Amino acid sequence: MNNSGKSILLAGVGGQGIIRASDIMSSVIMEAGYDVKKSEVHGMAQRGGCVSSHIRYSDKVFSPLSMKGGVDLLISFEKLETLRYLDYLAPEGIIIINDEEIYPPSVNMGEGEYPSNVTETINEYFTDVTVVSASSLAEKAGDKRMTNTVMLGALSVHLPFDPNIWEEVLKRTFSGKMSEMNISAFGMGRNV
Amino acid sequence: MKKLMSGNEAIARGAYECGVLFASGYPGTPSTEILEEYSQYPGVYAEWSPNEKVALEVGIGAALAGARVLVTMKHVGVNVAADPLFTISYTGTNGGLVIVTADDPSMHSSQNEQDNRNYAKFTRIPMLEPADSQEAKKFVKIAFDISEKFDTPVFLRSTTRVSHSQSIVILEDRIEGEDKTGIYKNPAKYVMVPARARVRRVEVEKRMSELREFAESFPENRMELNDPEVGIITSGMSYNYAKDVFPRYSYLKLGMVFPLPVNLIREFASRVKKLYVVEELDPFFEEAIKAMGIEATGKDIFPYTGEFDPGIIETSMTGRSAERVDLPTLSLPQRPPNLCPGCPHRGLFYVLGKLDAFVAGDIGCYTLSFMKPLEGMDSTICMGASIGMAHGMSKALKEKGAGKIVGVIGDSTFVHSGITPLLNMAYNKSAAVIVISDNSTTAMTGLQEHAATGLTLQGEVTGKLDFTLLAKAIGIESVRVIDPYDIKNTKEVMKEERAKDCPSLVISKGACVLLKKQQKVKPAKPFTVDPEKCIGCKMCLGLGCPAISWRRFEDRDELKIYKKGKKQEGISSINSFLCTGCTLCRQVCKPEAIAEVTDNE
Repeated sequence: MNNSGKSILLAGVGGQGIIRASDIMSSVIMEAGYDVKKSEVHGMAQRGGCVSSHIRYSDKVFSPLSMKGGVDLLISFEKLETLRYLDYLAPEGIIIINDEEIYPPSVNMGEGEYPSNVTETINEYFTDVTVVSASSLAEKAGDKRMTNTVMLGALSVHLPFDPNIWEEVLKRTFSGKMSEMNISAFGMGRNV
Repeated sequence: MKKLMSGNEAIARGAYECGVLFASGYPGTPSTEILEEYSQYPGVYAEWSPNEKVALEVGIGAALAGARVLVTMKHVGVNVAADPLFTISYTGTNGGLVIVTADDPSMHSSQNEQDNRNYAKFTRIPMLEPADSQEAKKFVKIAFDISEKFDTPVFLRSTTRVSHSQSIVILEDRIEGEDKTGIYKNPAKYVMVPARARVRRVEVEKRMSELREFAESFPENRMELNDPEVGIITSGMSYNYAKDVFPRYSYLKLGMVFPLPVNLIREFASRVKKLYVVEELDPFFEEAIKAMGIEATGKDIFPYTGEFDPGIIETSMTGRSAERVDLPTLSLPQRPPNLCPGCPHRGLFYVLGKLDAFVAGDIGCYTLSFMKPLEGMDSTICMGASIGMAHGMSKALKEKGAGKIVGVIGDSTFVHSGITPLLNMAYNKSAAVIVISDNSTTAMTGLQEHAATGLTLQGEVTGKLDFTLLAKAIGIESVRVIDPYDIKNTKEVMKEERAKDCPSLVISKGACVLLKKQQKVKPAKPFTVDPEKCIGCKMCLGLGCPAISWRRFEDRDELKIYKKGKKQEGISSINSFLCTGCTLCRQVCKPEAIAEVTDNE
């Protein structure tokens, strides 16, 4: 995308909180004063299948979908899923990977293989790759369901938005104790 | 106030802002959220009707009584509603009537990708197509104005990408319209016997001619003249994709996709050197433009199938694509959607998959059971087809099909369009067995109520359709109710019912696990595999439960101590966070290696 905006792709498996994470991020972008569009597919996909969410921001955004080769930041919530979306990345694209492995049905049934060298493969082709133990950090912060918030923290250092805006949106999204816990999970991701 | 909204939320908001008080529909991806959102605004009436035909007829009634009415459905829902649709175009609507058709290019959640712009032309009903959420909200209001001005139903066409993408919307206040509701009798207009229909038929063409004129100066048919070298005629989401790649070209963005502004198109074509038509699915604009004698490039370079994205448009028009890393071809294990752990469909389809029978299936989560390892379904065509097909197959096969034809349908799908074919089975003395896999909700689209759940869309308690009583009333004498979590009994009942030479109905009753979660029903204790007892027979894996996985000795040395014979290659394992304690795996485990997790585990 042009200098004033970015194309972001969140990917992972149904149930990992990807849609929630992309909602939070879009709100932050809007509050920072940009035009923003995001897109994901609901329906069949929610039954444990692949989930991806495109987010694009700029002064004026037309397409909510990025083209292949046009994504600046790929945030993958599951190791194997990173590989599925690599062709969306621009050559200088940034990748953040949660090191969690979730076996697809064929692997669970003993009929398929979970690729063993995901990070190595990615490092061969891209230079800016960060692996985050987001799921275990989230557990440390008090709840594994906050994996998505940890990932947002890790992503936030690559985006030009004031940390206060992130905090405000997190506060608004979660109530009571979860609100403080998510802010701390976000901080853990940010400091990776 | 600015708000991020999906296209569907924006459609609901637009209807609310322009004083719509009445809405009906049937859930279907990608349209479902429109009514769910709309129904929560204060003072409105909204209902899930049993199917799209009824929803439209309900809407027609309300509109004839002078109300502003929104009716929503997915693209294939319009097929169901097509019968009243063609004739309401003749009668006109009195009050404003807007029908949302949410199309699904690429079939993210559908059985076909029909382009419903064709319905606009076929029924002579004008159609608007927004490109994002702000336009979706605006176009709903315009659609009502057009409907009332021209006394015609109006289509609002969305696509998955418009309905399910979010963009910024500026909220406005609701404007309450004047209450025009009342009883309007006008038999010349509303009783469509041939003599009167012939008169109205002529009115339709008059209206079309007025609408064509209206389209010429309709401000949402927008010419953006930039670089005169290339002009693009497009609409909806395709406009955004094209604009993203080619911001400097000239555009004619059609907000109204039927009828087309012929003169405006001619003018635009005359002002650019090369003309492209960018549209997903059918060459709907292209054929009309070429029929006008205008030279244009369209489907000779753009795909007919699937949704577009900016990359597809760039590659089609220039042969180039964005620079990207040259990656090796990776063969990755697929991650298809699956029935949830604890899903009540699993036990039923585990049994059906093992029968020597043709299982005519239907549309819902349970359609996923066609996949390995359950393989419990042999056909899926459209809503309700299972019952008619099972009957037809059984009649055609006569003795050859005895005991071998089963139809399966979900509860919401049965309410949608299963009742009449079941009546047909009783009437025409069928021998097939029909199973209603009743999970007490419309699960696939996200847990909507229906006529057999006891609640309305707006949460009011209401009567519940009783499948057993219904079956008896229409003449099905053999009706059985089973618990799909009991494999042995499910097998026995299916065997007994298939042996009968009369139509029979089996009601497989188990609430959706997502519904139970929503209702905060405490789940049963999870199960675990005792590695000392597991013999690696993989029977439990045959259930295709996401909570059960296979651990190979080859990969994990520490597990080799559990190897009990030369042939054993591994053991099963249950993820206790996913397991809901449904007991199916315990029932199929012969060595009794599966048991409840004990408290100290």
